[in-house]
Amino acid sequence: MENSTIHWRTRRNRRFADLLMTERDAVSLEDVRRVAELAQLELTSEEETRMQRDLSAILGYVQQLNELDTAEVEPLAQISELLHGAEPENGSLRADEVRASLERSRVMASAPVADESYFKVPKVIER
Amino acid sequence: MAMITTENLFTDPVVGALRAGERKATALLHESLDAIEARNGAVNAYLSVARDSARERAAEIDAMSAGERVHLRLAGLPCGIKDVLAVDGMTATASSKILTGYQPPYTATAVQKLMDAGAVMVGKLNCDEFAMGSSNENSAYGVVRNPYAEDCVPGGSSGGSAAAVAAGMAPVTLGTDTGGSIRQPAAFCGVVGVLPTFGRVSRYGLIAFASSLDRVGPLAGNVRDAAEVLGVIAGHDVMDATSSTAPVPDYMADLDKGVKGMRLGVPAEYFGEGLDAEVRQAVEETIERLKAEGAEVKPISLPHTRYAVPAYYVIATAEASANLARFDGVRYGFRAPEADTLAQMYRKTRDLGFGAEVKRRILLGTYVLSAGYYDAYYKKAQQVRRLLAQDFVNAFAEVDAIVTPTTPTPAFRIGEKSDDPLAMYLADIYTVTANLAGICGASVPCGVSKDGLPIGIQILGRHFDEATVLRVGQAVEGLARSV
Repeated sequence: MENSTIHWRTRRNRRFADLLMTERDAVSLEDVRRVAELAQLELTSEEETRMQRDLSAILGYVQQLNELDTAEVEPLAQISELLHGAEPENGSLRADEVRASLERSRVMASAPVADESYFKVPKVIER
Repeated sequence: MAMITTENLFTDPVVGALRAGERKATALLHESLDAIEARNGAVNAYLSVARDSARERAAEIDAMSAGERVHLRLAGLPCGIKDVLAVDGMTATASSKILTGYQPPYTATAVQKLMDAGAVMVGKLNCDEFAMGSSNENSAYGVVRNPYAEDCVPGGSSGGSAAAVAAGMAPVTLGTDTGGSIRQPAAFCGVVGVLPTFGRVSRYGLIAFASSLDRVGPLAGNVRDAAEVLGVIAGHDVMDATSSTAPVPDYMADLDKGVKGMRLGVPAEYFGEGLDAEVRQAVEETIERLKAEGAEVKPISLPHTRYAVPAYYVIATAEASANLARFDGVRYGFRAPEADTLAQMYRKTRDLGFGAEVKRRILLGTYVLSAGYYDAYYKKAQQVRRLLAQDFVNAFAEVDAIVTPTTPTPAFRIGEKSDDPLAMYLADIYTVTANLAGICGASVPCGVSKDGLPIGIQILGRHFDEATVLRVGQAVEGLARSV
């Protein structure tokens, strides 16, 4: 039983790996470095290699979405629109009234470095 | 701990007995704390245990008069809380190093509702880091082990929540489910796990992973206790604009009415290649017995099912990459030392603070949202999401609920998939669709493999029709109890 699962998985992976090579170049190390920079992540060179391998495999697998013709399909960003009918008009809007917020001292106490009213970070502007 | 068998798949309900004063809160808490003492060292379900405050609260509940207690729907119920939910006075780490020692200054609405109903907070439960994983191997605070086979995973990401219930460390826990994270560990650990409809339970105070998919829900040793807890945590919350104002029905009202005359859909796509033979047999036998109870079983098709996992991993990681941008070492948790510039501080903090799977998902999400790839991946996945949601709309025009296996296999071994992210993602193959479509569901134990591992059946229901899902679940439980 476990064997059949593994067998099935490997066969599918190979198929998508083939698709990957024909339809789109695999993710390059440059791509990994570019998105790491966008995401403010610093990766070691081992991490870069591993992520290149994993992202290529996962995005290769994702390629199967292209089997579907979605030219006429509206994207669905979240499902609230499908819940209409169960929701009263403007049901998600709250009354606009003054309410207490969290106590500042308790919020600041969570910060790694702060004084009473500011979060402290390394100097941003050079004199 | 006793082996799980088809005879002891469920525990006896405790919520009603506590409310009626037939069970003592202090005694029940004592049982949970004893189980923690005996097994948490090996199972690693709890990250922190609030022994003193829990004992104090349980004693208060026991000291109440019957008249006072009857108004507390969950009077004295010991509850464990997944560590992605904020509880004032307890740390909240999301099982990540980046939130080491974080003390949230507020309490999640779902937890507050439990406490207001008289529940006793036992502690915070281990999970995959930021709820990202299907095995609970991605925690910065160590793997959780399956109480029925300690060399196996408990499932994830709510692995601690499921393992705690299975090992008797709490009769009820809260978990969260973004792609199966309540149902899959519930199946692996032989407990009941409920995925409420999107908007049914407030997410205020939940450390967000993927906001269009995340849900908060209960895990319990039986359907009745899970239904009791869902009734308490459900409902609109002004602090969560995505929470629904739809009225919350009484989930107990029709719970025992059975499945006679109910139309149950069985989707062929969930019984195909890759389904373990023992899981198939247990689920098919359960469906046969529901039929014998008078349910009308109908073959149905959810034709886009095979596209759910790829669509899910694009959408979930895209949303995660945005949600996890807030962890920058400025406002909470961990900050990397020795950074001279702000940019360096961000990068070193995130590099040292996040584990490999979280980084992988942030990178993937950033990639699919980046210029030149957005239409090919993110927009495409959203279009496929509509097709998947439409599959369910079509199906629910013909049936009242859908029954499937929860997972393709019973619990797998620790380490078996941890080096192959794609293999790990396929563990969610039957569960991610419900999150993408916004519908509700549950996993209920329905059998045991020859290796002694639990097997779960998944029940899926229409938007806001948890009552039907729970009713089918209760019927499954009744069948198992009558074996």
